[in-house]
Amino acid sequence: MLPIRNAIKRSGFVRQKTVNAVVRYIFMMVLAFLLFGIILLISGKDPIQSYKDIFSSTLGSAYGFSEVIVIMTPLLLTALAVALPSRIILINVGVEGQLYMGACFATWGALAFGDLPAGILVPLMILLGMIGGSLWAFIPGYLRAMGIVNETITTLLLNSVAPMIVSFFIFGFWHSPMDTNKTPNFSPSARLPTLFNTRIDLSLVFALVLLTLFWLVMKYTRWGLEMKAIGGNPQAARRNGIPVKLYLISIMCIGGAIAGLAGMAQVSGFYGVLLANFSRGIGFMGFLISWLAGGSPLGIILTSFVISIIISGGNLLQLTINLPYAAINVLLAFTLFVVLARPNFLTQRKEA
Amino acid sequence: MLTPPPSASKTPPMISMREISKSFPGVLANDRIDFDIFRSEIHSLLGENGAGKSTLMKILYGFYRADSGRILLDGKPVAIQSPNDARAVQIGMVFQDFTLIPAFSVAENIALFLPDLDTIVDLKAVSRWIEEMSARYGLRVNPDAMVYELSIGEQQKVEILKLILSNSRLLILDEPTRVLAPHEVDALFQVLYSIRQDGYAIILITHKIKEVLECADRITVLRNGGVAGSLVRSNASEDKLVKMMFGRKLSGLKTGKKVIREETALPILELQNVHSHGEGAETNLEDIDLKVYPGEIVGIAGVSGNGQRELGDVVLGMIKCVKGTKHLFGKDVTNSSIQKLRRSLVGFIPENPLTMAAAPFMTVLENMAVTKTWHYALQGGLTMDWQAIKADVENTMERLGFSFSLNIPARSLSGGNLQRMIIVRELTHDPRLIIASYLTRGLDVQSTIAARQALIQARGGGAGVLLISEDLEELFLLSDRLIVLYGGRIVGSFKPEETNFYEVGHLMTGSEVQNAANT
Amino acid sequence: MTLLSVLGVLSSAIFSGTSLLYTTLGEIIDQRSGIVNLGLEGVMLVSASAGFAVTAITDNPYLGVLVSIIAGGLMNMILGFLVISRRANQLASGLALMFFGFGLSALIGSSFVGTKIKGLPRLPLPGLSNLPMLYSSLFNFDLLIYLAIPMAILVWWLLFRTRWGLGLRAVGENADTTFASGRNPLLIRYQALFVGGLLAGLGAAHLSIAYTMNWTEYMTAGRGFIAVALVIFSKWNPLRAIVGALLFSGAVAFQLLLQSSGIQISPFLLDTIPYVITIIVLIAWGGTRRHTAPASLGRVYQGSE
Repeated sequence: MLPIRNAIKRSGFVRQKTVNAVVRYIFMMVLAFLLFGIILLISGKDPIQSYKDIFSSTLGSAYGFSEVIVIMTPLLLTALAVALPSRIILINVGVEGQLYMGACFATWGALAFGDLPAGILVPLMILLGMIGGSLWAFIPGYLRAMGIVNETITTLLLNSVAPMIVSFFIFGFWHSPMDTNKTPNFSPSARLPTLFNTRIDLSLVFALVLLTLFWLVMKYTRWGLEMKAIGGNPQAARRNGIPVKLYLISIMCIGGAIAGLAGMAQVSGFYGVLLANFSRGIGFMGFLISWLAGGSPLGIILTSFVISIIISGGNLLQLTINLPYAAINVLLAFTLFVVLARPNFLTQRKEA
Repeated sequence: MLTPPPSASKTPPMISMREISKSFPGVLANDRIDFDIFRSEIHSLLGENGAGKSTLMKILYGFYRADSGRILLDGKPVAIQSPNDARAVQIGMVFQDFTLIPAFSVAENIALFLPDLDTIVDLKAVSRWIEEMSARYGLRVNPDAMVYELSIGEQQKVEILKLILSNSRLLILDEPTRVLAPHEVDALFQVLYSIRQDGYAIILITHKIKEVLECADRITVLRNGGVAGSLVRSNASEDKLVKMMFGRKLSGLKTGKKVIREETALPILELQNVHSHGEGAETNLEDIDLKVYPGEIVGIAGVSGNGQRELGDVVLGMIKCVKGTKHLFGKDVTNSSIQKLRRSLVGFIPENPLTMAAAPFMTVLENMAVTKTWHYALQGGLTMDWQAIKADVENTMERLGFSFSLNIPARSLSGGNLQRMIIVRELTHDPRLIIASYLTRGLDVQSTIAARQALIQARGGGAGVLLISEDLEELFLLSDRLIVLYGGRIVGSFKPEETNFYEVGHLMTGSEVQNAANT
Repeated sequence: MTLLSVLGVLSSAIFSGTSLLYTTLGEIIDQRSGIVNLGLEGVMLVSASAGFAVTAITDNPYLGVLVSIIAGGLMNMILGFLVISRRANQLASGLALMFFGFGLSALIGSSFVGTKIKGLPRLPLPGLSNLPMLYSSLFNFDLLIYLAIPMAILVWWLLFRTRWGLGLRAVGENADTTFASGRNPLLIRYQALFVGGLLAGLGAAHLSIAYTMNWTEYMTAGRGFIAVALVIFSKWNPLRAIVGALLFSGAVAFQLLLQSSGIQISPFLLDTIPYVITIIVLIAWGGTRRHTAPASLGRVYQGSE
């Protein structure tokens, strides 16, 4: 690997950092599949066949590929919800909670206004979702801006509170006659439209647009420069006249809004119903993705893609060889461990 | 190039360093240095910033490993590869940044460093021992006090006690008087004399010639990584030491004609009866009345911790006035944001450019743009006019005679160039008021002269300058008026010609004021 | 609202709070050395499932508790390796550990869902023999409950009265200074994580083996995160944690009390109480400007030079 990498570097074709990153993503996938293979061998199944199955069902077929995208879309949004605040050194671990609150507000819209036409209802729900997530992020943002509490702690604590509030509403007021742990199905006009006969919904477009906007803003605009200054040295930025407090609060709220959008997309697009505890860690996974990707938009896309393939492969194996769902968590976590441990051949020098 | 030992002693030195060399990427910090220290001796290691003094001592203390050379203990070779090893041979060091834990008590801090601490810690016994030793050497301190409650002078006492109690026989003190006022320095020297009496060896790292002449038994001067000379005190003089430290005459400073202002000119800055409330360790300012007119440099003298940093921050708007008013160009800006002040042509050169003014990972050019983003924003903020920024900056650089690269990350700049970068940035839009805080702290001679020249140039252009500093030489050299701060209050206001270092020094430490109160 | 129901709440709080207390004590030790463990939920789950499985197989609850304890220590060692030796980000590593714990615990416990075990024996609280059976039976506690408060005192003593504890707290305040004192901050952090993991495992053991005596997926139900909140609420002090654990777990039991007096508050809202209290407390402290958290909490030790 080293001679190849050195050759590419010398040619100047691609930057070293990018090469490192690509190597890392490839490595993650290879490692995960090796682990899959080992488990399969142990269970007496045929790894090669399973690899073929996974390939044909994820990258090999259009529908299979779309399923990968379905898994990937919410991760794009939650990762962005972490990445944006991270540029001004805000640690937003509260995406789970903001996700739930976004879903909650959007659900209220769906249930209260289910009769409105989709053209009005869906944008309304989007707005509600973003408001919900934004509100949930405002509290930690404000407390941090006023220097009262660090946002890492408050977002973490509020994370746990949000699903409980959601459950409260479901069980108390919104539950469907048959099941107490979820609402009735949303009316068709409350559903996010899907694309090309797949389960991919409009939120993919939102995610890609937002990621692109993020990149453009950071690279070219005045606000991106000011954010870079804050992220580089918050105290200096204050002395230099940048309104740091304003940024702390507003960027946190925007991050929350994006997370809320992800929540809205989950209930309106993917599920079509609000289910108690519907998120099995999408928000946390977003945090991990953003962190692994270094907060870069392209990195977020690539990392989410890799992780979604791994999850998708695991889902398939669940069906074909009865691989327990829990194994997917283990495999994913193990892959993450290895990347976190930064073995030397993945990075040329220790990053700061 | 070794000097004779103190009092012609025949015993071998406690520590000998021979042919010590050490280089870091791009710089040769120590170049075949020989150095001795005897017991019962105060040996001063003198040199400019960057001469290699700290490096040499950090090698002795095991923080760095020399590239070549050897260290001898009582004549026998010894390997010191970590602070542990150094402490094992009874070498201790007090750094410029104290290594005390604010959340611990004095006793806990000292206990942490005791080599033979019991598994089950008896803090009361430790406290008693502290009281005993502190009385013996005049280092009085309360063992149960929390370190965050202590003043810097008291913290220094704890650091020295820590060394003594953890069995060090050689004490290395790195710039110990940097944070002390003149008479506190005297008290420290008394402590050092009494410690020396008991057979301890003391190495004083410093760049202050006067102090060295007062207390050191022997002096070794380093310059550019090598030994420039070594003398006993009786042979030393200020002249000789200056020659050894700099190797050449210092180039003169063009102070230029002082602009004489008209009596009726409007002050640029006016503080009336300003009070501010400091948080935590910050000082409260009280009853501050201050005017800065165009074309003058007002110097603010005071020891660190008596309010000068707070004064600069109050003017900038980082700290709010709880009482009193602040006027800029005649307009009331008492409650204005920093942003607003910046827009009103106020420049700010902080005491520590890397931590207080620059974003280390952004390029120099980006850092230049950061104070005036609205000015250079195009299309409502969607893009920035980098060409204009570059042009303006290069203009200023030429005017001031500076030159450094614009496209490298700010943290790659040396300390001197970083300060120059900030000066260029702040002076680019012709500010009318400049707050310069500890302008030349930590700078080498060339950068110091360049920075001072820039301020004088600005004054010549009609700007008003607030120069906050601890460096009396600098203040006397540059100020048109001199104001002394002590305990957050103004305790003196003169023209430099009317006073001298000693009077100002006393005011800085409150002694004059107290004397007045006692009579 | 009768005496019986109040005592019932107290008893319930003690039962439920014991595992929380042990886990919190472990996390206090970790955080005092400067490391935040967001993966506690996963650690507890793995420990609980492992201990439960062993108990079910061997029919020996003590063996199960032992396995739980060791499992906790080992899980924390994973975090230690990532955060200390590989200098990875603490939050990300903790979350990865959490996912790992979700998966691994489910795998371990899958064959044991619904299994009944013989838990730890329960002994009556001494001095209550005179009370009618109805009351005293509420206070039949198992061994781990009796050991909980002594353990908290032991942890306090370890942190504040021993040389090891002094060094550990110093690492959490300033690792460079601790290094300068001749200690090895990396080693100390590993030790802290290990001991902390043992305690977390102990807490998990109580949950599955002594208290509920069954296993379900995700049975810790957020206790790992409540523990993190409780560490803050107790200001990193083991003695305060005793009160806090009782308070926090009492909140849930409290709902039973309210029900019996005819007040209906949603259990979900009551479940939020520990977190909300912690946030309020944090806001109250924020005004005082005196930081009580270990100064280097969360930062990766970079080493000297």
